[in-house]
Amino acid sequence: MKKVICMGESILSPLGETVTENFEAVLRGESALQLHAGTFGVKEPFVGSLMDRARWQVSGLSFFDSIVVEAARRAVEATGIDPASPRTAFVLSSIKGNIEHIGTQDVTLAASARKLVDAFGNPNPPVVVSNACISGLAALLQGRRMLLGGGLDHVVVVGAEVQSRFIVTGFQSLKALSEAPCKPFDAHRDGLNLGEAAAAVVLGFGEEGWELVDGAVRNDANHISGPSRTGEGSYKALRYVLRHIAPEELAFVNVHGTSTLYNDEMESIAIDRAGLIDVPVNALKGYFGHTMGAAGILESILSMRAVDAGIVLPTRGFTELGVSRPVKVSAEAGVTDRKAFVKLLSGFGGVNGALLFRKGGPTC
Amino acid sequence: MLTIKQFASIPAGTDLTALYRARVGDYPKFFKMDTACKLGFLLAEELADEPRFTPREDRAVLMFSTHGCLCNDRHYEETVQDFPSPSLFVYTLPNIITGEIAIRNKYAGETSAYVLERFDPAVFAGLVEQAFQDVVTASALCGWVDCRADDDYTAFAFLVERDGDGKAFNTENIYGILDQ
Repeated sequence: MKKVICMGESILSPLGETVTENFEAVLRGESALQLHAGTFGVKEPFVGSLMDRARWQVSGLSFFDSIVVEAARRAVEATGIDPASPRTAFVLSSIKGNIEHIGTQDVTLAASARKLVDAFGNPNPPVVVSNACISGLAALLQGRRMLLGGGLDHVVVVGAEVQSRFIVTGFQSLKALSEAPCKPFDAHRDGLNLGEAAAAVVLGFGEEGWELVDGAVRNDANHISGPSRTGEGSYKALRYVLRHIAPEELAFVNVHGTSTLYNDEMESIAIDRAGLIDVPVNALKGYFGHTMGAAGILESILSMRAVDAGIVLPTRGFTELGVSRPVKVSAEAGVTDRKAFVKLLSGFGGVNGALLFRKGGPTC
Repeated sequence: MLTIKQFASIPAGTDLTALYRARVGDYPKFFKMDTACKLGFLLAEELADEPRFTPREDRAVLMFSTHGCLCNDRHYEETVQDFPSPSLFVYTLPNIITGEIAIRNKYAGETSAYVLERFDPAVFAGLVEQAFQDVVTASALCGWVDCRADDDYTAFAFLVERDGDGKAFNTENIYGILDQ
C-alpha cells in the first residue's frame, strides 16, 4: 500500500504565526490562557486562549473563514502543490464554524467549506468532518482515506475554531470550564479552557517524512456527553492503531487531556488497557486551551515537530498525578530517540479517535 | 463491493412522536432529542437488524447533512441571553445524532458526521466506501438527515454491508431507490 505522508503544515494561534513560532513558544512554556471578563458579552468571566482578530480578519470574510483560508494557504505554500488541481481536495474540520454570526448570515460549515475551496479555485466538492472534539483527528484520517480511495494526489486538511458567546456559555452551562489555566491529568484539575486556532496539513503520497500510518474512530456507545468509565471507545481506537507498532517504538501518546475530571481519568484507563502504561504521555491544552476543531491537527503537527527535535513536550499545568492509572505524564521536557507517536482524542457523542504517525525509515 | 441491505426514509411532515409511539415506545430519551436526532434515531430503528442491542464494533454509523445541527443551534441561541440551556447545548454538535444511534443500538464501531454542500450520491457513496477502509467495519448505517427547520427536513438512510446479497451501493442504485 502507498504511504500517506504529511508534506507541509501551518499553525495560526495566539502563540505564533508559524509552526516554528508555536513550537518554540511551547518549549519556552508560554501560554495565551488568560482571564476574559465581558468578552463576547459573556456574563461570567472565563479563562481562554484567544487570537487577535484585527491581525487576521480579511475583508469580505468572517474571522473564522479568514483563518481557515490563511492556514490552508500557508500549508499549501510550504509544499508548492497546485491547490486548484482536480487532483487536490480539501477537508475542513470544525465544530461550530461561524456560529457567532447565527441569525445574520449562513453559518453552516458547508458555506465555510465553499469559501475555502473558492479561495483556491479548487473544483472538487469540499468535505467537512464535524465529529465533536475529535474532528481534527477524524479529518486527517478522512484525508488519508480520500488519497487511498484513488483519484487524488493531495488533500489539504484544515481545522479551525473561533470562540463565541454561543460556545463559552454552553460549556459554562455544563460546568465544564476551569476558572484557572487547565491542569491536564493533575490531581487538582477542575475543568477545561477554550481556545482559538487554525492549523492545516497537506497530505500526499511519499516514502520519506512523516507517515500517517493509520487511524480509527470508535464510539463508547454509552453516553452523549460523558466518557465511558472503562475507556471503551478510546481503548478500541488505540488497539486498532497498535496493530502496526510495538509500544516500545512510541515516543509518546499525545492525549486529549482536556483537564476535566472524567476525560483524563477515562484516557488513563484506555492507555493502561491498551498496554501503553510505560509510554510517556503528554497534553498540550495548557498552552492553547481546547481548540476544538483545530486540536487534532495542531497537536499532531507539534507532536511531529517534537519527535523531529528528539523531545517529549512537557504537559503545562501538570504537577501531581490525579488519575487512577500510573500513566507516565511528562511534567518536564524529556528526550526521545523514538520516531513514532499516537495522537488520541475523545469527544461528545461518545466518539474517540486514535492516529498513528511514524517518521521515515523502513516499514515493518 | 458494498451492497445495500436495507433502506428507510421519513417524509417531511411526519408526526415523529406518533411514529415513535407506533414503532418504538420504550425509549423515553427520545423526547430529549432535537429533531435531527429524532430523525436519525427513528431511521436507525427502521434499519435495525437482529440480534438487537448486542454490543458490536463492526457496525459504523455515518451521518451526512448540509445544515448539521443548525436547527437546534437556533433553539440554544434563544436561551443564551438569560439562561443558557445545557440540555440544548449538548445537541449543538453535528455528530450527536451518531452518538444517539450508537448508544441505543450498542454500535461501538466508527461514528462520523460529515457536512456537504448538497446531497450528491456519488460523493455520498464515495465517502461511505472510504470509511470501509477501516478493516473492522463490516456494515454501516449511513444516512442523509438534513434538518433545515423542525418541520422542513430530508431524512433517509441505508444499511450497507460488505459483499452482501443486495444491490450494489452505487450512484445508479441510490438514485433508483430515492426516486421510488
